[in-house]
Amino acid sequence: MKLLRLGYVTAPLLGALWGCVIATTVAVAMSFATGAGFRPSWQALPWGAVMGLACLRGGRGTAVLPLAVGAVMLLAAGLAGVSPIAIDPEAALLARWSGTFATVLFSGLGLWKILVKVTPGKLTRHVFEAAVIRFLTGFGYIFFTAIVVIPFYVMVMTSLKNQAALVQNPLDFSLDLDQGLGLFRSYVELMRDYDFGSYLWTSFYVSVLTVLITLAFAIPGAYAVARLRFRGQTLFSRSILLIYMVPMIVLALPIYIAFSMTGLRNTLFGIVLIYPVTTIPVALYMLQGYFRGLPSEVEEAGLMDGLSRLRVIWSITLPLSLPALASVSLYVFMIAWNEFLLAFMLLDDPGKFTLTRGIASLNSSEVPRQHLMAGAVIATLPIMVLFLGLERFMTKGLTAGSVKG
Amino acid sequence: MMEPVPPKGMGPLARREARLAWGLLFPTLAAVALVVILPLLAVFWIAFKPIGLAELRPPAPVVREDIRGDLEEGDPDAYLRYRLRNSSQDQAITGVTLTDTWPEGLSATEMDPRCTLDGATLTCDLGDWEGGFRDQIRIPVAADPSYFEGPDVEASEPVITGRANNVLTSFSGFTLENFARIFNGAEFWSVLGVTLFYTVFGTAGALILGLFAAMLLDKSFTGQGILRGLYLFPYVAPVIAVAFAWILLFDPYSGSANALLMQMGVTSQAINFFGERPLALIMVTLFEIWRYFPLSFLFILARMQSIDTDMYEAADMDGASPFQKFRDLSLPQLLGILSVLFLLRFIWTFNKFDDIFLLTGGNAGTRVLTVNVYEQAFALSNIGAGAAVAVVIFLSLILFSLLFFRVMSREEGL
Repeated sequence: MKLLRLGYVTAPLLGALWGCVIATTVAVAMSFATGAGFRPSWQALPWGAVMGLACLRGGRGTAVLPLAVGAVMLLAAGLAGVSPIAIDPEAALLARWSGTFATVLFSGLGLWKILVKVTPGKLTRHVFEAAVIRFLTGFGYIFFTAIVVIPFYVMVMTSLKNQAALVQNPLDFSLDLDQGLGLFRSYVELMRDYDFGSYLWTSFYVSVLTVLITLAFAIPGAYAVARLRFRGQTLFSRSILLIYMVPMIVLALPIYIAFSMTGLRNTLFGIVLIYPVTTIPVALYMLQGYFRGLPSEVEEAGLMDGLSRLRVIWSITLPLSLPALASVSLYVFMIAWNEFLLAFMLLDDPGKFTLTRGIASLNSSEVPRQHLMAGAVIATLPIMVLFLGLERFMTKGLTAGSVKG
Repeated sequence: MMEPVPPKGMGPLARREARLAWGLLFPTLAAVALVVILPLLAVFWIAFKPIGLAELRPPAPVVREDIRGDLEEGDPDAYLRYRLRNSSQDQAITGVTLTDTWPEGLSATEMDPRCTLDGATLTCDLGDWEGGFRDQIRIPVAADPSYFEGPDVEASEPVITGRANNVLTSFSGFTLENFARIFNGAEFWSVLGVTLFYTVFGTAGALILGLFAAMLLDKSFTGQGILRGLYLFPYVAPVIAVAFAWILLFDPYSGSANALLMQMGVTSQAINFFGERPLALIMVTLFEIWRYFPLSFLFILARMQSIDTDMYEAADMDGASPFQKFRDLSLPQLLGILSVLFLLRFIWTFNKFDDIFLLTGGNAGTRVLTVNVYEQAFALSNIGAGAAVAVVIFLSLILFSLLFFRVMSREEGL
């Protein structure tokens, strides 16, 4: 452990690791961008270690000596053909150059920032740990961004390509921009041949109705739990949480049976009937938390002035809690829009499909995968736009509700 | 002088308030009772019934009516035919009766012994039917000219009634067969093992990744808001969209992940990520971690930002190093939210159905309890066994919830 805290050990070690991280990142990114053969090479390790030595700081925070030595060594390595990433020689010249350039730039810049204050000799605990944390932070940003972005990138790009091209080279996501609007062929075909326009509309109005019904039930309920005194109040506010621990699949089975027997199965009326009930407990829980936080003096003033309780709720409490209502509505909309299990079990008739059910029906070997992915994009896009546009409300809603998974 | 005493019981105002409260809560209570409590009771009921998907509809007598021969031509052999059958193949229907209204101008030349014609109303007493029963009633008929002006005989639907024993609603025929079936054999224990692996590692992984992501974003820099929004994407996107994206990404024949791994020399031949035995379970667990780390991250970040900074300043004065500050200050502060999150996520991961159902359909050793409910009830058409698995799930959940509430009451306020 002590040995690790010597500057000329720490620097090449972190350098080697960082070199690997950057080489892998650049190789993956370039592969996905161009489809050409990029891969990290084991030579990234020694290469990064030298880079790390080069970034060591001199006595007064300068880097004159190590930087000079490092530059000479890196130049020698370059001449000897040591490179952190191996590139298929058939790749385009521009891709080869930008790949190499990006690797050098990002590993250099990154290490320079990571190794702030790291001097060749003994390091204090603070300096050492700060350097390690900076390395981990850099790694974290790359790691999380990669795991989040890659699936969505694949989703969008697949929807814009055709199956034959993808089977030939699954990594080649470059777009043929000459097609112009032809790029969006699968979207047009989905709308025209698979009736996705109507699924989109169905999903939209089912979700909006769910939001309205949920609010109509949850607002009075939440107000009662938050403000009024009655026996069983605490028990009630707790058991709300219990309700959404009941798994949907356990309920879906009897609901399926009951709906089959009453003829509600395969009707959108049945869906609109059942969706709000799955969201009311969450909405009630979120809203009662918010109502509790409102100052009760304002409401009491209203009562003193002769308003009835219901008037107080309508003209004092609700206007005050508009932000909370917005978060709850967004959140409920998201649940209803994304809901899959009930739609899948209860709807059979293609004329009544919601969007998620429609996508599930695309999952067969006869439907080309770009259509499937185009469907996925169509379902994801509205929720993402809503989410990014109203991120503040959404984040608040997600935290406040402790959220159903 | 009387001693002042506090009023006993509830005053009229308090009573009015409680009444209003129950009034406001009533719609919610009714809806929840109808869609949560009732189905739960139904699940317990069905779990003790030997019932398959086909027996959902109770057995019922079915009748079809048509005229054979040409009445307009005055065909002497023309007859009215009722084709009868029992909709169930194995259950009896008792006391079947048929009634039908004949149009004006139609008369029977000969009557079936089981039937009587009273004015325009035909009544037949058909007795008891065995399962799979089929029969026909033929009544030779003749028609007056007035018949051809009015509606056809087929215009009025014949009504047929009978009493059948419905397995679903009858108070007899309880059995433990469903439980015996699901507990029998090694399959149940392997399903339970898979569920526990998925739940424990999925929950812990999402929590650790969430903690890591929260620490990354617990400082302000330009672009912090964008990154926070981006890291929430896996959670807010529809599960069906991201699950299919993963399936395509890890496809053994044309998936980008395989192509990438092969190019990097990690593997020489394509890996069937969602089709091989231990790997598929690891992949669905990774998917679970990927999809739900944003949730843990959001909660942990909210808690982190509410920790008092004074403490860290004091620690700085005492010369604590960054790791020491994390271990001795941040972690103890976060322990509450971490344990609550762990239990909540544990329960929800345990309940998770869609993810595995979409990714593997429960194949290749990824069948968890919830998928087993679907598998038993719909793939094997045995609703009773599916309900029995659901009962097992529900009982385990009660156990977890008890634990949860003990932790919750210690960590008041989530």
